[in-house]
Amino acid sequence: MNRDHELSIDFAACDGHGLCAELLPERITLDEWGYPVIRDSTVPGPLLTHAKRAVAACPVLALRLTRARGRDQQPQRSLHR
Amino acid sequence: MNFETATAIAAQDMPVPYGARLLAGWYATGRPADLSDHLARYGPAPIDGAPGALADAVEQAGLTGRGGGAFPTGRKLRAVAGRRGPAVVVANGMESEPASRKDETLLDLAPHLVLDGAVLAASATGATVAHVCLPRTRADQAESLSRATEERHRAGLDPVEIRVHTLPHHFVSSEETALVSWLNGGGAHPRSTPPRPFEKGVGKRPTFIANVETLAHMALIARYGPGWFRELGSESAPGTTLVTLSGAVRHPGVYEIPMGGSARQALATAGGPTERLGAVLAGGFFGSWLPMPLDPVAQPRGAGVLVALPEDTCGLAETAGVLAYLGSQSARQCGPCMFGIPSVADDFAELAWGQPDTALLDRLNGRLGLLPGRGACRHPDGAARLATSALLAFGEEVVRHMQYGPCSRAGGPLRLPIPAGPPAAEEGWR
Ligand SMILES: Cc1cc2nc3c(=O)[nH]c(=O)nc-3n(C[C@H](O)[C@H](O)[C@H](O)COP(=O)(O)O)c2cc1C
Repeated sequence: MNRDHELSIDFAACDGHGLCAELLPERITLDEWGYPVIRDSTVPGPLLTHAKRAVAACPVLALRLTRARGRDQQPQRSLHR
Repeated sequence: MNFETATAIAAQDMPVPYGARLLAGWYATGRPADLSDHLARYGPAPIDGAPGALADAVEQAGLTGRGGGAFPTGRKLRAVAGRRGPAVVVANGMESEPASRKDETLLDLAPHLVLDGAVLAASATGATVAHVCLPRTRADQAESLSRATEERHRAGLDPVEIRVHTLPHHFVSSEETALVSWLNGGGAHPRSTPPRPFEKGVGKRPTFIANVETLAHMALIARYGPGWFRELGSESAPGTTLVTLSGAVRHPGVYEIPMGGSARQALATAGGPTERLGAVLAGGFFGSWLPMPLDPVAQPRGAGVLVALPEDTCGLAETAGVLAYLGSQSARQCGPCMFGIPSVADDFAELAWGQPDTALLDRLNGRLGLLPGRGACRHPDGAARLATSALLAFGEEVVRHMQYGPCSRAGGPLRLPIPAGPPAAEEGWR
């Protein structure tokens, strides 16, 4: 099955270099402090090359690209309080 | 308002109040239950159930986490039990929420229910050790819990080892990945997920983390079953829950009430308001301000904490104070938390005490929208929830502050129990 990919950011690792927003402006912008804002986390096929380039360019490996998958097998990230 | 008085009300001469389960022993005897009290009342924990029996019972009971997230506990038990290799159990007794005293009170009054729950969770998940985490500020309680575990050990009650720990007391140190990090020898600050603790937590093992109250409910469900648990509460919110009721109520304290009730009913448990109320905070610093007048039926989420504030308080100023505190508690790992919460706190301070310009609300709303989901943990999400609810609940005050500047009530001392002290990151995480 040809599923979309999904973008996420490890904010504890991210230092706000901003390369991802430069390389993937279709999906990522920067907030007022220079940290990435994902406007839409899904990456359809045509954007995949750009997304992979952005992932590879992140100096602290904070940008992640995973294959989107069903969410109901495992507990969701718990809601906390 | 005196938060030191927020412990359970002694009521030796009263019948056990409606809804009291975890606190039934306290109401019956008027003293904390030691091991012999506990065994006389409940007998030993039924640790010899069939595999999966506890998770089934807990799932049918509809028990949800009492640490704030309300995640279904049965599902979490099953997720940990279903992983490979021996698991680890962690009891979260940190209670970093400043307006809450329920976990501390429970651990004082019925420690063996919590320990039973930890041991039951261990046998249900195949864990050989259960860690109980308390903040360093409650070293005395940790000491008496350690003695309680030794007593159980001598009585040959527990097939697993129970270890009691004292951790840094910062607000985010009680978040589950922070506990795991500390137990693994690191700092008590949140860590990025995945892997989530249920996949790879303490010692890289699958780790079941639950609030101490959740564990105590499990100890009763294991004995009396899901049908009994559901006799109180509602279909969608079964069972009972501990609440800390404080502020302008006649008898501030920790109470046990049926789940699914309204805020008004909960406040009535503490004797009702002492004066006209100006605002009610439900769920603590990560919670929300309830619109006034209180809806007679609406059930607030995160109702483990209710703070009733009298009419002469400014909700915007209170919120500004809490947000400044939450900003100071950032572990300073994630940009959106480290910069975003203080900037929202500054906007609120300007709104409460300054001469806000017309651009403020747009800026504030924009910043609020960029907090949720942008951190290793949900600290920024909680701060955003509180701030957003303030803008809704105090809509008229916002307009007045925008037009005329600070209201006359904004100048008074803040009523919420906002801890003073240096930013968390300056005090260290180990
Ligand atoms: C910043 C932050 C602070 C938290 N503090 C506590 C706490 O003091 N006690 C607690 O039980 N859970 C706390 N939690 C939730 C825990 O991460 C975890 O979800 C909980 O202990 C799981 O137990 P439960 O399912 O029984 O609620 C906190 C979460 C966050 C994001």
